[in-house]
Amino acid sequence: MKIAVCLKRVPDTEMRFAIAPDGKSVDPTGLKFEISTFDEYAVEVALRLNEAHGPGETTVIGIGPDALAELLRKALSMGVDRAVHLTAAEVPYDSLAVAQALAAELKDGGYDLVLFGRNATDTGSGAAGAMTAHLLGLPCVTAVAQLELAGGTGTAKRELEGATETVSFPLPAVLTIDEGIARPRIPSLKGIMAAKKKPLDVRPAQLGNAGVVVEKLELPAERQAGRIVGEGADAVPELIRVLREEAKVL
Amino acid sequence: MANMFAFAEARGGQLRKVAAETVAAARQAANATGGGQVYALVLGGPGIREAAMILGGYGADVVMVVEHADLGHDRPEVWAATAAARIRDKNCRAAFFSASAEGRDLAPRVAAILGVGLAADVTSFEMAGDVVRVRHPVYTGKAIATLRVEGTPAVVSLRPGAIAAVEESRTCSVESGTPAIDPGTAKVVVTEVGSRGAAKLDLADAPVIVAGGRGLKAKENFALMEDLAAAFGNAAVGATRAVTDDGWRDPADQIGQTGRLVSPQLYIGVGISGAIQHLAGMRTSKVIVAINRDKDAPIFKVADYGIVGDLFEIVPRLTEAVKKVRSEG
Amino acid sequence: MAVGTASARFTGVDFYQMDTLLSEEERAIRDTVRAWVDEHLMPVIGQHYIDGTFPKQLIPGLAELGVLGANLPEEYGCAGLNNVAYGLIMQELERGDSGVRSFASVQGGLVMYPIYAFGSEEQKKHWLPRLAAGTEIGCFGLTEPDYGSNPGGMITTARETADGWVLNGAKMWITNGSQATVSIIWAKTGDLKDSKSIRGFIVPTNIPGFTARDQKGKLSLRASDTSELVLVDVKVPKDAILPKSGGLKSPLMCLTQARYGISWGAIGAAMACYEEALSYSKTRVMFDRPIGQTQIQQVRLADMLTEITKAQLLSLQLGRLKDAGTMTPQQVSLAKRNNVDIACECAREARRLLGANGILVEYHSMRHLANLESVYTYEGTHDMHSLILGQEVTGLSAF
Repeated sequence: MKIAVCLKRVPDTEMRFAIAPDGKSVDPTGLKFEISTFDEYAVEVALRLNEAHGPGETTVIGIGPDALAELLRKALSMGVDRAVHLTAAEVPYDSLAVAQALAAELKDGGYDLVLFGRNATDTGSGAAGAMTAHLLGLPCVTAVAQLELAGGTGTAKRELEGATETVSFPLPAVLTIDEGIARPRIPSLKGIMAAKKKPLDVRPAQLGNAGVVVEKLELPAERQAGRIVGEGADAVPELIRVLREEAKVL
Repeated sequence: MANMFAFAEARGGQLRKVAAETVAAARQAANATGGGQVYALVLGGPGIREAAMILGGYGADVVMVVEHADLGHDRPEVWAATAAARIRDKNCRAAFFSASAEGRDLAPRVAAILGVGLAADVTSFEMAGDVVRVRHPVYTGKAIATLRVEGTPAVVSLRPGAIAAVEESRTCSVESGTPAIDPGTAKVVVTEVGSRGAAKLDLADAPVIVAGGRGLKAKENFALMEDLAAAFGNAAVGATRAVTDDGWRDPADQIGQTGRLVSPQLYIGVGISGAIQHLAGMRTSKVIVAINRDKDAPIFKVADYGIVGDLFEIVPRLTEAVKKVRSEG
Repeated sequence: MAVGTASARFTGVDFYQMDTLLSEEERAIRDTVRAWVDEHLMPVIGQHYIDGTFPKQLIPGLAELGVLGANLPEEYGCAGLNNVAYGLIMQELERGDSGVRSFASVQGGLVMYPIYAFGSEEQKKHWLPRLAAGTEIGCFGLTEPDYGSNPGGMITTARETADGWVLNGAKMWITNGSQATVSIIWAKTGDLKDSKSIRGFIVPTNIPGFTARDQKGKLSLRASDTSELVLVDVKVPKDAILPKSGGLKSPLMCLTQARYGISWGAIGAAMACYEEALSYSKTRVMFDRPIGQTQIQQVRLADMLTEITKAQLLSLQLGRLKDAGTMTPQQVSLAKRNNVDIACECAREARRLLGANGILVEYHSMRHLANLESVYTYEGTHDMHSLILGQEVTGLSAF
């Protein structure tokens, strides 16, 4: 199968960061970047599908500045066959602008499946996948937690609050991948060396206009410092009291 | 005076709690812009019309009902096409969705059909004059972005629990309609829905969440959490990634960066140290309580109240105390 | 136990932006081994250390990762990496545990390397891919019960016969010994006083006369197999000899390889201890403030950070020299001696900063502290390297 995975370069989610002087972005000093977590799961899904279903080709596509190339090569070192780097100095917040650039790249690719992570760990909108699907005129299933393919049809399980839904869909399709479906493999050293020789095409991203614009980025208001109300089971009455009288949630 | 649209989510023939939140948000937006009409859209199987009537109590002026035999299950393609069509027909200035599991699927489709961007998972919004501004936690809750939504309509999805389902009664009329596309043509078909226990309150809907972590030591000890939740009566039981990875709890119960993001009124974390991964999922809770035997556990830094000690002694006592409070009503 | 285990992911120490001196590929290699150690080694190493067992279930994973003989050529089934990358691998393995890094050092630097450097093409083609894949495990038999710092005095002999060689002798402190399927045995083929007659032999461990037995009662490198080897009339065919080996120089060249890797490995152990101490100091509260806010602990942390940073720069330059082909054994002595010494200090100071918690296995510093005593002693003791350097700069031997 020809499978494409769209991935996003995001700041390392465990790092502390500061707001840049412009007040609307993150200060890049000392920041490390990684492939967004759910996108890595999507890469793993793509690799496993082609391992299970016979010969195929996997492609990763990303939008971003030069530094994105290193992350595309990480995907190549995991076993992906080729990478496409759509260059852009900045990735817009607006998922539709992003989807437009991705759809332009994907539309003539003849892909059986296009995979996204459920949402990016920076902006967290979770919209680019479904929007790209719409622009490509392809069926879309989001938040896939389990996946099986047979013939030209797929079966996916999704977690909706309080329920698990099973859906069937035809290929070609766009899927967004949830957690738990597969742990991403750690690239082997041979994989890292092989990545250097795999094709990495570079072209400018054809981004749409951004209709959702960041005006300000700020750190969350510090929660007012809390307090320990006591030790051991004897503190329970005091906890009940503050929850009733102070916090008024009981 | 601008019209507002709200997508009112239904499941299993009932409206979900987030439907009320969404309609209330649309009402809030309409009130802020001169008091236009709020159109709420409900799609479902036969009989959904009855259930839809409650939306008048949350500020809907018109409830647009689409009843169809094939709409008993989730139908994002049909919903999206129908919502987009109604938003256009009614000239809505803004369209509100919930950022529930289905809303996260639906809202992007609608925005794409309408050719506009989406402000997703928003925790607050304001409409001042012609400008729509929203706030949204980003970088797994480490920062808050203020976004300006340009274009009409402004499509917004709301984080469940972030906007209160404020009651505002309106005389509400019903418009029955048909889906914008034939449900039979939908490519994605729901073949099965497994519920996880009908009576079980979901993390997104529960005003109280009691969450357990490694400190509970064994899978069976989660019974303590179930008891505490039962004592509250309106609580759901959540878990950390560590315990869901170990198979003690269902992964769908995982609260955290790669799991569920929750905003209950009261969150009680038991035997949870407070890894950044987990805090990202619950730090917007209104009141946070932590119970842990280690007074230096990071969770105490975000908790409003805490008890240091052995949870195996504390939690049963707390359960008793909550039962007593509840029975005294 | 919340303190000290805040994040499962190790993020390393890079105060002087050394990452900018590494190629993208070198960083990727380091990061992948780091992730592997986090996922596979860290969850089990404490228990293995307590039990005194080597985590051999990890060998297939290590092999698949490609770390065995990583700097040997691809034509023999190896990763074909440069020496800085090899060093980074050793660093990351030892961040996990010195015993696990010892396994890789022996397999790669002391078994695969001599076969590569001194073996025939048949030997290379047969053994190297298998050793890289972990289907054969090797050990290096040089040290003897009475000949440690003075390997040239060895008394293991190899007598030539009509159809091969007969080996007799005993080796001690042999890493991997009891689990090895093959050994590289160094023996004198001539007079016992003639160290020039030392040759290397590839000796399978399952042949009559060869026994390996673990040495018990170790308080260091507990997650590693350390064994005695006894050879009584062990008969091997003619082609068991490493044809290009000759004299003490041959095993010493192997030791140079291993010592190079150890200079990097020690940095890994030091970083692990420093990171643990730093994290603990920020969250452990005593007298109403984090202990990291006290002057004494800040001095500890500053000293550790300084030594780690110096050691990093030392090994990086050493690696570049090795890749350029100009590295000398004395340069390796300086790095091994320095880096292991500072790692011992970092481990000890970190252990002290951790207070009572620092004696528990769930904290890593004391395990590193104990391990590093072996690393200080093996592959040339600290003192031996002092003499190597002393001789190098004065021209006078004080051995």
